[in-house]
Amino acid sequence: MLTQSKGIQEQCSTWIVWGSAILIALSFLSLLGDLLWHGWAQLSWSFVFSPPQNAGREGGIGPILLSTGLIVGICMAIALPIGLGTAIFLAEYTQGHHRFGRLIRGSLDVLAGVPSIVFGLFGNALFCQALGLGFSILSGGLTLACMVLPIIIRTTEESFRAITFDQRFSAAALGFSRSTTVGCILLPAAMPGLLAGSLLGLGRAMAETAALIFTSGYVDRMPESLLDSGRALSIHIYDLAMNVAGGNPNAYATALVLVGLLLIINFSASWMAEKWTTLNQLPT
Amino acid sequence: MDHAQPTPHLREAEKQLSGIQSWRPYQSAQPCCEPIAHIRAEDLSIGYHDHLALQHVNLQINKGCITALVGPSGCGKTSFLMSLNRLTDLIPGCRVSGRLQMNELDVLAPTTDLLHLRRQVGMIFQKPTVFPFSIKKNLELPLREHGKHPRETWAAMIETTFQQVGLWDEVKDRLSQPAQALSGGQQQRLCLARALILSPQVLLLDEPCSALDPISSGIIEDLIVSLRGRYTVIIVTHNLAQARRMADHVALFWSVDGINQLIETGSAQSLFESPQHELTAAYISGARG
Repeated sequence: MLTQSKGIQEQCSTWIVWGSAILIALSFLSLLGDLLWHGWAQLSWSFVFSPPQNAGREGGIGPILLSTGLIVGICMAIALPIGLGTAIFLAEYTQGHHRFGRLIRGSLDVLAGVPSIVFGLFGNALFCQALGLGFSILSGGLTLACMVLPIIIRTTEESFRAITFDQRFSAAALGFSRSTTVGCILLPAAMPGLLAGSLLGLGRAMAETAALIFTSGYVDRMPESLLDSGRALSIHIYDLAMNVAGGNPNAYATALVLVGLLLIINFSASWMAEKWTTLNQLPT
Repeated sequence: MDHAQPTPHLREAEKQLSGIQSWRPYQSAQPCCEPIAHIRAEDLSIGYHDHLALQHVNLQINKGCITALVGPSGCGKTSFLMSLNRLTDLIPGCRVSGRLQMNELDVLAPTTDLLHLRRQVGMIFQKPTVFPFSIKKNLELPLREHGKHPRETWAAMIETTFQQVGLWDEVKDRLSQPAQALSGGQQQRLCLARALILSPQVLLLDEPCSALDPISSGIIEDLIVSLRGRYTVIIVTHNLAQARRMADHVALFWSVDGINQLIETGSAQSLFESPQHELTAAYISGARG
């Protein structure tokens, strides 16, 4: 009797676990399927490279793709060095109950939970108005950098903390300076975490809409400088779907490009992290 | 350890090294250690936050000898070892008091140059801790960091040091491979080579064989014995048979009424054959610990 009820319990838990996993896979596949179903017909090389026409109903997404690349590029170029530096400071230079370290960690946790529209307003007030950068790709990139910094810092800090203390002791016992220890020994070991954090940040930056509406603007012309306004992919999707009658097919195609890019980034980053891990952490 | 005849390659390496005065891995080994104090601990106590890890240790460690620190786990042996190269500084809340003299150097003085101290004192840990890059770079990094030798001599120094730890034949064709690909015993010998390449005067070994299989453990043990006379070696071990085989001097640490302290110290022969303290007698006979 007891074994029978145990058996049923076991079976139920197996079903629940499998069921939830299948549900997740299905929701992703149905989303991707929907995008492919509605957007595939529009997708072509000329769509990817040509400029939009007739408010985006026709033509392609060339300038938008370039603007997105520039915004995300600026975001990562700013966020990566600052994020890495802060993560190293938190993991290696503040121990236990270090007051300043706690203050920074607390602020980062709050920042990570701030809605992106609030970052948009902040970016508009600081970069567009106070610093006089106006609606520009530069303002958008800087705003996104503020938004992804908490993600990059916390994941990188965690990966530094995950390195065993033995490595630090060994380095210190050889008389290595702190900068050598961090730069030559801890950084390679923390690289997979840094990659994962950058990927998360990059993905979030790429798909961001709300923070960019107020900072990089709407203009869908080919950008000529970083101080030009530029429309990001997600804003283009939003605009076509909400404000342009008959814009849905191109909105789907744009969404397909965006999701495709995110998938490529995802796969290449996990491939790199895996390669790095097998290179550096072979079983002993 | 059987040091094979020098290969032509090695002779060439030694010729290149002959110009470097400060780096002599094959110093003529004295037959035995000397009764000259190299390290002297006086009234040394170590505490972590409110907890005392070790109290009132007075211990003299002789130059060129192998001194074994024995005793049960958690009685302060590793803390003592780590105070000798001030690794205790890295542990939050750790305080070391008393006097610790290494030759003329006051180890515990706040003004002591830690990088200089740690250059003179090599350390090997229980678990082999190779760095996450190639075998060669593991040895190059200490040379680069301390920058005392010209880059052209590095290859020769690396070869000679690997010869010294008996690893050269096993790694000479794979120097650019990741060090983590080596076996546990090879990794520990790599760690030893990494410490020796800085030509330290003192070697601290924290249970260097305990994570290894018996064969690797035997190789490391023979290697350590071969270092007698050239380096002052201090080894923490739980293996009494190992201490008896290797050590010139033995110090027994024990926790009495919750206070960790040095119970007895002396030459290995006297301590194993005629222990003065009843705890020592019980420990070496296997009745305690």
